[in-house]
Amino acid sequence: MDVLAKFLQQLINGIHVGSIYALIALGYTMVYGIIKLINFAHGDIIMMGAYFTFVCIVTFNLPIGVALITPVILCLLSGILIERVAYKPLRNSPRLSALITAIGVSFLLENVFFKKFGQNPIPFPQIINPSPISLGPLQISRITFITVLISVLLMILLDLFIKKTKPGKAMRAVSEDPGAAQLMGINVNSTISLTFATGSALGAVGGILYSIAYPLIDPFMGVMPGLKAFVAAVLGGIGIIPGAMLGGFIMGIAESLTKGYISSQLADAVVFGILIVVLSLKPSGLLGKNVKEKV
Amino acid sequence: MRRLRKLMSLTLTGVLLAGALAGCGQKDSGSADSDVIKIGGIAPLTGNVAVYGVAASNGAKLAIEEINASGGILGKKIEYIEYDDKGDTTEAVNAYKKLVNNNKVNAIIGAVTSKPTLAITPLAAKEGIPMITPTATALDVTAAGTNIFRTCFIDPYQGEIMAKFALENLNASKAAVLYNTADDYSLGVAEAFKNYFEANGGTVVSYEGYGADEKDYKAILTNVKTQNPDVLFLPDYYNTVGLIAQQVKEVGINATLLGADGWDGVLTVAPEAVEGGYFCNHYSTDDTAEEVQNFIKKYKETYNEDPVSFAALGYDTVKILAAAIEKAGTTDYDAVVKALAETNITSVTGTITYDENRNPVKDVAIIKIENGQNRLYTKVNPQ
Repeated sequence: MDVLAKFLQQLINGIHVGSIYALIALGYTMVYGIIKLINFAHGDIIMMGAYFTFVCIVTFNLPIGVALITPVILCLLSGILIERVAYKPLRNSPRLSALITAIGVSFLLENVFFKKFGQNPIPFPQIINPSPISLGPLQISRITFITVLISVLLMILLDLFIKKTKPGKAMRAVSEDPGAAQLMGINVNSTISLTFATGSALGAVGGILYSIAYPLIDPFMGVMPGLKAFVAAVLGGIGIIPGAMLGGFIMGIAESLTKGYISSQLADAVVFGILIVVLSLKPSGLLGKNVKEKV
Repeated sequence: MRRLRKLMSLTLTGVLLAGALAGCGQKDSGSADSDVIKIGGIAPLTGNVAVYGVAASNGAKLAIEEINASGGILGKKIEYIEYDDKGDTTEAVNAYKKLVNNNKVNAIIGAVTSKPTLAITPLAAKEGIPMITPTATALDVTAAGTNIFRTCFIDPYQGEIMAKFALENLNASKAAVLYNTADDYSLGVAEAFKNYFEANGGTVVSYEGYGADEKDYKAILTNVKTQNPDVLFLPDYYNTVGLIAQQVKEVGINATLLGADGWDGVLTVAPEAVEGGYFCNHYSTDDTAEEVQNFIKKYKETYNEDPVSFAALGYDTVKILAAAIEKAGTTDYDAVVKALAETNITSVTGTITYDENRNPVKDVAIIKIENGQNRLYTKVNPQ
């Protein structure tokens, strides 16, 4: 394998993990865009998606299609429920209160699953045969293929949904100015619910893809990918949907190249280092617009 | 009145003195003149590492039952007194003191995990009591005193055995090693493998560390693949090994996977991915040796489950101790320690003798994973 092939291979590894980060980052950025809340419980939606899939496949032995759709629907409903119960009553309180509540919800979910399933990691069933497909000098795992394919497809669908459909337009309107949107006859509450539902469903897909790639699930598995996806959302410019996708891919590729060419232990340092550099040069993120403070 | 008080205090002093003297008198003779031999056990029977403690304790109890059923040692029955250390150093020290001062045991078996064992070794060394730990692998355990022995092999030993196996049995010349930089066990085994492999004509083409919480190994494995190694050595616990092994398949590495005793259990995580791999273990359940099959049969009858290697080590520890007491012909500390140093018995985990550091020199079982099952491939002798 020559130098170029190795580089491409590392790039593909990066795109694989990056596409998962991007999917998860979308949930952070959509919620932030609409109610200016950093939803720290989003990482745990990933974990819930993984556990629901595990239960569907191993405990209830459902056919694979049903076993993959059910968790997404369950996570979608959980997302709506979390928003209704925990965040809605705080919509007009200081942003810090909602933020602390989000952290509280995150701990609650982690510990409920901890109590139910125990602390030991559980092996996730093998859904896709991991053996690679050869493409010239490159060998690409089936898991990588399917992960990237599903992620990109979902991102395109999301983009169309937001740009072309009425509920999508409502989302954009509410994110720009909730007050004015309400005056125009948009139901703000249901639009916010819809945002949480979409974000959580994407998070659940991210969680399932993550567990297929790293088939060991535990109640705290959502913390690290959640944090990295959050960083990806900030890197791309939080609240901006293409920014989350870009940020996710940059994170994944940076991580993979650092592991491949520098050192595996430095990967996180480099990834977070990039965040610091980008934010100091462009505080609103890569695709963020600089908003001037009005005096 | 005054005189009465004086008399009373004198009497009291007398009583106390007598008591103290009586205590002194008992100290070293232990229960020499009693009709039982007392063995003290220290194991984590509750808490995080209870799985290991209960297995080791069950193995030890089985051996004691067996010995007592066939007449005991030196014509005396064994009395086994056991305390729970909960995997904690303070609890282990308390258990040790109770066994030695109150129960006046003749020898100690324990503790099971390395940290509590290290906490009691200085005390045991001072007392001179024969002590054998069934399963504490940390190098320093036996260094505290010449009366401290162990039944399991130490971490570096496993690395050397696997390196030797790769060179001689698999004819490997290029090896890659991936290890967990945050874990002493993984680090120790990896280093020993590398040193032995290179000193004996092999090349370690890739020696890469990863952090404890790592989940994505594909970038490292892509690098490993370009080096085209014959074997890939993964000394870690089975959960991590399962994750790495699946990604080895994704990246398309065809090297033979090798591991150490942390692999025991990997079949529950990723049976397909580790197919064809080899790892070393303390014993194998399909070893056809008579001792092994008898042990497995009896263990299943008694506890209704398959014995793990901790149970086998607990069982062997009692056998080693019993043989030494029998040979010494007494329970005198020094005589038993001397007999222990000259141990040469064949039991479930192999033929055991001790080196100058009181670590066992014995066969290591190399297990091959075939059709999703652990199969004894060969037994390697370190010499």
